[in-house]
Amino acid sequence: MTDRPTVWEEMPRINRDLLSPLQTTTWTYYLWVGVLSCFVAAGAGAWTYQIQTGIGQTDLHHPIFWGSYIASFVYWIGVSHSGTFISGVLRLTNAEWRRPVTRIAELMTVVALLVTALFVFYHLGRVWRFYYLIPYPNQRELWPNFRSPLMWDATAIFTYATASTIYIYLPLIPDFALARDRIHGWRKTVYRWLAIGWHGSQAQWRTLETAIRIITPLIVMVMISVHSIVGFDFSMALVPAWHSTIFAPYFVVGAVHSGLAMVLIGLYVLRKVYHLHNYVRTEHFEKLGKLLLVTTLVLAYMYFAEQLTIWYGKVPDHIAVQNSLLYGSYAVPFWFMVSCIYVVPLLTLVWPRFRQWPVGLMMVGLIINLGMYIERMLIIVPPLAHPRLSFQWDEYFPSLIELAILVGTLALALLLYSLAVKFVPVISIWEEKLGKKHAQEH
Amino acid sequence: MSQDPQATGENSKTAALPYKWEMVVDLDRCTGCEACVVACHAENNIRISGEEEAAEGRAINWIRIERYWEGDYPDVKAKFLPVMCQHCDDAPCEPVCPVYASYHTPEGLNAQVYNRCIGVRYCGNNCPYVARQFNWFDPSWDEPLAEQLNPDVSVRSGGVMEKCTFCVQRIRSGKEAAHKEGRRVRDGEITPACVQSCPTSALIFGDRNDPDSRVSHLKKSRRGFHLMESLGTHPAVTYLRRLSE
Repeated sequence: MTDRPTVWEEMPRINRDLLSPLQTTTWTYYLWVGVLSCFVAAGAGAWTYQIQTGIGQTDLHHPIFWGSYIASFVYWIGVSHSGTFISGVLRLTNAEWRRPVTRIAELMTVVALLVTALFVFYHLGRVWRFYYLIPYPNQRELWPNFRSPLMWDATAIFTYATASTIYIYLPLIPDFALARDRIHGWRKTVYRWLAIGWHGSQAQWRTLETAIRIITPLIVMVMISVHSIVGFDFSMALVPAWHSTIFAPYFVVGAVHSGLAMVLIGLYVLRKVYHLHNYVRTEHFEKLGKLLLVTTLVLAYMYFAEQLTIWYGKVPDHIAVQNSLLYGSYAVPFWFMVSCIYVVPLLTLVWPRFRQWPVGLMMVGLIINLGMYIERMLIIVPPLAHPRLSFQWDEYFPSLIELAILVGTLALALLLYSLAVKFVPVISIWEEKLGKKHAQEH
Repeated sequence: MSQDPQATGENSKTAALPYKWEMVVDLDRCTGCEACVVACHAENNIRISGEEEAAEGRAINWIRIERYWEGDYPDVKAKFLPVMCQHCDDAPCEPVCPVYASYHTPEGLNAQVYNRCIGVRYCGNNCPYVARQFNWFDPSWDEPLAEQLNPDVSVRSGGVMEKCTFCVQRIRSGKEAAHKEGRRVRDGEITPACVQSCPTSALIFGDRNDPDSRVSHLKKSRRGFHLMESLGTHPAVTYLRRLSE
């Protein structure tokens, strides 16, 4: 019982530390936001130009009808899995070390999903007719076609966006209430509104915990289904090397792989910028490093199973695609990708000493994300470039307009995240306190 | 479809059956002259792509002649393969369209609704024949070429998918003419532009549900096969193998 006062003495420090990003802003932050905004503006300009002149501003041409926009779509959905996987699965398994990681990851989910939705619009040939995809009553009694995997996809993403918004909001309520009590000015009104009358009674805590306990398993199931459906977009098609049963689980694991890597980057940067060393400790990097090692192995296993099946079967349509990857026109990006997402993580993360080196882990995270991006491109382009009629074989590389839109969208994601950090405590304050209390009791 | 005259064997019922349009491509007759390609462009208001666009792989052709080389020099032979939309009975492009822009008509045509298309291009990926062509930009014709556009065919805007229709405008007018006279369309009465212009008569078009039509006879030829038959798309285009020389 002698320890007890120290826990309670720590509480004001936790409040101070974790609310400080909301209260103080440095000039470097404004500079960062300014630079990002310029990139976003450039990307928006490029998109406007593409809409005005035509989707031909991309390098797409038949038979390669899908390219960097769809690859980015898949990639960003993958990033969005960081939040649900880390926080959902860790909450389910009651992993104590999750506490400082969950909010950072959940914020990534929401931001990544917003960005993902944009790529659907970039991709459309007639984006001004996008509402044909929405089931709305109309005089012609026309409905979208629910047999199309793209409609499954749209439905899944909408569900995922709704569910993950609720999922991030629920554990935010007590933190909003704290912010309401500590922060003055116009933001107080916003926080009061968002805290929906939270005053921390026993009944409220019980309701909140029940709600979180209900939504957590649901969101994990939604997460698995969403990326399976993204895999179905490809595996339902007749395209050689797409038509494969492993796509759905492979996409889920691939998404978690890049998502985890992204969380490592986020953890490292936020810890450095906001001096969260007391909360995000080496222990957290180490545990995430271990998880990343697991996803590396599972993903490599699946990829091997897929490629070996094609290689041994020697079906001409499929082998043409594989040859182009192994030693054909896509060999350079292919082997670079293999090193980025399998070899480098495997060679580094197996060493316990390496897993205790946050900078190293952050760099592995960057390499994995670069590799996973290339991997998404390589899933989409080489199969489309090698249709069964070999007269039509072709190649593709993103055009400048495409690259401008991709960079602008990356900047938008960073910008949204940076703005969110100023509005939402990046570490769940009440859960952190609860963790401290548990640690004290046990 | 269940109303296959060959399956029922009852010719008297033919009058009640809908039309089922079918094309036969006799590879033994094709010389690769590409007259069909030119005729198709003129008939269907297909946008004209310059040299630059063609090099980018963006030239739109509803019918194309694929050229494959057989053997090694000096014993080389060129093989020509005209490919157009195969109007598959189980078309892979149809279920994947999220807005029903790609649909099947009762007469077995695979139709594209330009106004409904929003350009997700899934159909293009899923067509194993790479028959589907996309308008990457709005079309334009140098003056006075715009004056020669076919008034029976809509001009497609940028951002929509298009492909061979079996010259549906000609099918329409042929049917209307026959309907006025209270009879079925006669064999050979309707000819798509490519069929009409083929100097060697390598292309034959007609009604599969008419057991006496030329396509019905040619379809049964031992030389007949479908392109990528193993995919189970049930194309409405039958190819006739080349005779061995």
